[in-house]
Amino acid sequence: MSVQAAPHLAHRARRRRDVVTPEGIALPFTVASRSARAGALLIDLTLIFVTSVVVTLALIWIAGGLFRTGGVAGDTSGAIEFIAVFWTLFWFLLWNGYFMIMEMGPRGATFGKRAAGIRVASREGGRLTPEAVVARNLLRDIELFLPFVFLMSAPSGETGAAGIAAAAWFLVFLLFPFFNRDALRAGDLIAGTWVVEAPRAALAGALSTEGAAREGASALTGAEYRFGEAELAIYGEYELQTLERVLRDGRPEALESVHQAICRKIGWNPGSGDERAFLEAFYAQLRARLESDMRFGKRKADKFS
Amino acid sequence: MKAPILKTLFGKAEVAPPPDIEAAALRSDRFRLEREHDWRRLEDIVARMEKGRLRGLSDEDVLALPALYRTAASSLAVARETSLDAATLEYLDSLVQRAWFQVYGPRQGFVAWLRGFLGGGLSRAIRAIWLDICIALAVTVAGTITGWLLVAQDREWYYAFVPAQLADTRVPGASREVLLESLQVEKDAQGLSAFAAFLFSNNAGVAILAFALGFAFGIPSLMLLIHNMAMLGAILWLYADAGLTLEFAAWLSVHGTTELFAILLAGAAGMHIGRSMAFPGNRSILAAAAESGRRGAQVMVGVVLMLVAAALLEAFPRQLLGMEGRLIIGCVMLLFWLAYFFAFGRERKGDPA
Repeated sequence: MSVQAAPHLAHRARRRRDVVTPEGIALPFTVASRSARAGALLIDLTLIFVTSVVVTLALIWIAGGLFRTGGVAGDTSGAIEFIAVFWTLFWFLLWNGYFMIMEMGPRGATFGKRAAGIRVASREGGRLTPEAVVARNLLRDIELFLPFVFLMSAPSGETGAAGIAAAAWFLVFLLFPFFNRDALRAGDLIAGTWVVEAPRAALAGALSTEGAAREGASALTGAEYRFGEAELAIYGEYELQTLERVLRDGRPEALESVHQAICRKIGWNPGSGDERAFLEAFYAQLRARLESDMRFGKRKADKFS
Repeated sequence: MKAPILKTLFGKAEVAPPPDIEAAALRSDRFRLEREHDWRRLEDIVARMEKGRLRGLSDEDVLALPALYRTAASSLAVARETSLDAATLEYLDSLVQRAWFQVYGPRQGFVAWLRGFLGGGLSRAIRAIWLDICIALAVTVAGTITGWLLVAQDREWYYAFVPAQLADTRVPGASREVLLESLQVEKDAQGLSAFAAFLFSNNAGVAILAFALGFAFGIPSLMLLIHNMAMLGAILWLYADAGLTLEFAAWLSVHGTTELFAILLAGAAGMHIGRSMAFPGNRSILAAAAESGRRGAQVMVGVVLMLVAAALLEAFPRQLLGMEGRLIIGCVMLLFWLAYFFAFGRERKGDPA
């Protein structure tokens, strides 16, 4: 898979890692971008915050109700105490348990990670064990909270030089993902995990079973499109896959401009009204040519190669 | 990507018609149409597993999963070399990856893991870090003695070690009665469960911090241990000075044997990570960190459970029992933890590890 020269894929190719599974298949993983992870974290923190605010308000409301109805203080103190216990434990569980339990599940991702299309995986291609999930989440405090606490307090000067030193020291943990290739945070490092993209693509239809790709002729006008060797030789895989996207999206204005560009390039006189049939036929014949070359080991990455 | 026509053709609800394989003009599309049915079946099984609906899976589906996974994986390998259909390649990449996560996913749920963990996993992890526990224990003892000696030399040190809000009435020069009062038995259990919950969440936070700081080669974990133990040494001196050593030991030991042990383990687990990163041996630093990190994490789950027990002990028996009761409970808890960690769950000789 060396043919990844397509410019729009270059930044992804840098994040690609092949993990060899136990049965010897090289499975491609894309390391999740730091921005996707930051976004996922923000969503999760928002969820935790909203949940805890809602629960706190509900508990306050319940406690308020107790004060109104219960006349004697002694009757209700047990209930109030229970509410306090519940709140303390709830907060501890929510803060520490949310990430762990979600990541131990079959999708290995919190709600935020799911929304960002990423998940936690084991770095060496084995199973993601519960211990690993626990380990990576226990370090969250020193990566996230202590840095913020020290960053807030250091500039005020109350803590002096020691505060600034501590802030710089914890900043190392906060910025850890920026100092390594796989964007590992400290928790990932000690747990042997990483965060990868978890794409969920749906299978699109086969393009060569329909329309002019199959018949070679337009259903609309009956015109038959046949391209010669020289006309097909100008494009490579990148252009083919761009054309595929245009055909699958099916936006008329895009079809039109691509149609014109190709006609200009191969020296045909661009007509109008039958762009889709033209492009389908061109796509099918270009792909047939490139794939048959491929079977003989000849690959053409793009029009420049 | 929007493909309205294709969506209706291959919509989920409708049963996909047998694909018109001969109609495909391209060899790679024929390849794809011939195998598409298996891919879709695999995708369906995987989607159900991801939602955690394992009961909805029939036996045939479960048996078919590994075979379907291998089919899809080999389709992917072939397609990469013969097909230029970007959408199909992307689909196969994601399908094989998702199936791989399910085939090699965690075989046990949270409950099964917890059972294995309590039934020996925790004990084994703790025995594996024995050296770090010894170091942490040495540091603990050294810290306590240091605190004691410093305060015995110069009382001003007491205020450096013990924060004011904690010291309360326990300050040097306080009379024996005042100190004894601070060890008193509470009259009833009111307010104690809230106190227990607070203690637990506070102590667990400290323990997690001690563990997490071990990442920096273990030094901060050690410093945290020394600081806390020096404080203990200082208070111990205060009570010993007033001739209340046994009373204070009883007061402390109810929960202290559990709590101090837990904090000791947390520090040791943190140090274990720091030590294996500083001295990885023949492994790479990353591999060493990952291995010790997972072991440390198991210890930390145990630490959190111990702190739950400690908080309960601290809130109820400590405040409600007399001196003898406190001492007995403290010793029993210590023996229990020692037996559980160091004698329980050993592999019999001859068992494969």
